[in-house]
Amino acid sequence: MKRMTRIIPLATGLLSAALLCTQASAETAFVSNEKDDTLSVIDLDTMTVIETLDVGERPRGITFNHDRTKLYICASDSDTVQVMDLKDYSIIAQLPSGEDPEQFALHPDDHHLYIANEDDALVTVVDTESQEVISQIDVGVEPEGMAVSPDGQWALSTSETTNMVHWIDTATHELVDNTLVDQRPRHVEFNKDGSIVWVSSEISGTVSIIDVDSRQITDKLTFKIRGIHPDKIQPVGVKLTDDGRYAFVALGPANHVAVVDAKTYEVLDYLLVGRRVWHMDFNSKQNLLLTTNGISGDVSVIDIDKMKVIKSIKVGRYPWGIRIKS
Amino acid sequence: MTLRAALICFNGLLQRELLRFVQQRSRFFSALVRPLLWLVVFASGFRAALGIAIIEPYETYITYEVYIVPGLCAMIILFNGMQSSLSMVYDREMGSMRVLLVSPMPRPFLLLAKLMATSLISLLQVYGFLLIAWFWGIEAPLLGYLTALPAFLLVAMMLSAIGLFISARIKQLENFAGVMNFVIFPMFFLSSALYPLWKMREASEWLYWICAWNPFSHGVELIRFALYQQGNSEALMIVSLVTLVASVLAVRGFQPQQGMGKR
Repeated sequence: MKRMTRIIPLATGLLSAALLCTQASAETAFVSNEKDDTLSVIDLDTMTVIETLDVGERPRGITFNHDRTKLYICASDSDTVQVMDLKDYSIIAQLPSGEDPEQFALHPDDHHLYIANEDDALVTVVDTESQEVISQIDVGVEPEGMAVSPDGQWALSTSETTNMVHWIDTATHELVDNTLVDQRPRHVEFNKDGSIVWVSSEISGTVSIIDVDSRQITDKLTFKIRGIHPDKIQPVGVKLTDDGRYAFVALGPANHVAVVDAKTYEVLDYLLVGRRVWHMDFNSKQNLLLTTNGISGDVSVIDIDKMKVIKSIKVGRYPWGIRIKS
Repeated sequence: MTLRAALICFNGLLQRELLRFVQQRSRFFSALVRPLLWLVVFASGFRAALGIAIIEPYETYITYEVYIVPGLCAMIILFNGMQSSLSMVYDREMGSMRVLLVSPMPRPFLLLAKLMATSLISLLQVYGFLLIAWFWGIEAPLLGYLTALPAFLLVAMMLSAIGLFISARIKQLENFAGVMNFVIFPMFFLSSALYPLWKMREASEWLYWICAWNPFSHGVELIRFALYQQGNSEALMIVSLVTLVASVLAVRGFQPQQGMGKR
C-alpha cells in the first residue's frame, strides 16, 4: 500500500508534466474570416479548428503583441482595431483606428501600431497603451500594405491606386520618400536584417525588391505557371524565412504559392493551394507555412522541408489574415 | 492435388505468361504508351481543372495529373487483364489450351492460376508506369506504393476474371474488337478513372449512377485510397465480391471444346 501511495503522486506528476509539455509544444493558428466576422483557431498538432470566436465586423489584418499575449484585429467595417486577450479570448479593448483599417504593423517598441486606412488615404499611428491616435499621415490613394522595419526606423505603406511605397520616418511621423512600384501594390515585407523590402504588385503580377538604403528597386520577380493564364497570377502576401533561404509569394487567384530562392530571386517551385490565396504565416520552427485561401474558405499547410502542401483545413468564409502562436 | 504440384503448375503458368510478356515487347510498350499519353498530353491540358475541391483520400488540392494516376494504373490492369483473358480464345483456337488442360490439376485451379499469373504480369506494367509518373513529378507517399500492391492484385484478379468470363462466351477471336468497344471502353470511361463522381453528377444524374455501379470505379477507388495509405471498405467489399462472382462464373462457364468444336 505504501508503495502505491508513492506511485500514484509520481504517476500524477509525470502525467501533468507530459500534459504541460504537450501544451507547451502545441501551436495555434488564428485566422480572420472576413465574411463571417469570426476568428478560427487551428491546433497545429491535430490540424483541426478547435474554436471559432466572434469578433468585430469584417476582420482582416491580425497581429500579435511581442510576448504574444494579445492579438490585434483590424475589424474593418467596425472601424476599429480590437484587442483580444489570448488567455480567455475576450476582447479587452477597441482601439481608435481611423476608417476601414485593413492591414497594420506593430513597431518593435510594442506599443505603436501603424494602421493603413484604405478609404481615407491615411496611415494612423495608435498608441496601444494610452489607446490614443498619435498621428495621421497622408499617403497615396487606397493604402493597404503596412510594415515596420526591424530596427523601427521606417514604417512603410503601399497605396494600391497611386502604386507607391511610402516611407514614413517613425521618429517624426513624416512622409520622407516614395518609391514607384508596379500596379496595385498589396503587401510589403522586410527581410530579417531590414536591408531589403519585398513589395508585391497584384495587377502587374510582379514582386519588386527594394534596397532600403537607396530606396530603389534592385530586382523584379515575375511568375509563370503552366496551364494558368498570366492575368490570374496576382501576388499578394509575401513571407521570408529567417535563415534568408526562401521567400514565399501568395499568387491570389492563381491558387498557387511561389517558392523563391531569397538570395538569387529564382522561382524554385509553385505549390497548389486553395482558391485565391492571400496571406501566410510560419510556425515557430519555420518548417510549416500556413496560407489563407479566401474563396475556398480554407487554410493550406505547406511542409517546408518537403516543399509540399500536406493538408487543407476548412475554416470560415473568406479567410484573410493569419498568425501562428507558439 | 499436393501443394508442391500446385506450385509447379502455377510456376509453369507464370513462366509461360512471363515469356509471352517478354517476347511481346511491343505489347508492354503499348501498355505503357497508352496511359502515358493520357498523363502527359491529356492531363496536362486539364492540369488546373481539379484545383477546386478536396476529395478523399487527398488531404489537400491536387492537380489533374495526380488525380488521374490511379485511374491510369487501373487502365493498364484493365487492358492487360482483358487481353490476357481474351488470349485464351486464341489459345483455344490454336489448340494450346488443350495442352494446358491435359494437366492433372483441376480445371478451376488451372484457370485461377492463369488469372493470378496474368495479374502478376500486370503489376510489372503498373509499377513501370508509376516509376515514369514519379519522374514526371507525380509522387504518392513512399509507403503507398507498397500498400497499393494488394489493391492492384485484387483489381487485376477482378478484371481478369471478368475477362475470362467474357472470353468463355466469345466464339471467335474476331469478336475482340467488339469487346473493346462494348466492354473495355465503357468500363473505363464510365468510371471515376478520369473524373471524380461528383463531376459526373454535375453533368448528369444517370451518368453518375452508371459510374457509381461500375465495378471498375470501385477498383479505381480502392487503388486510389491504397496508394495514399488509406482503406476504402466499400470499394474493397465490392471488388472482392465481383472478383468472387466473376471467377465462379468464369470457371463454370469455361468450355475448352468451344473453339475446337467450330473447326
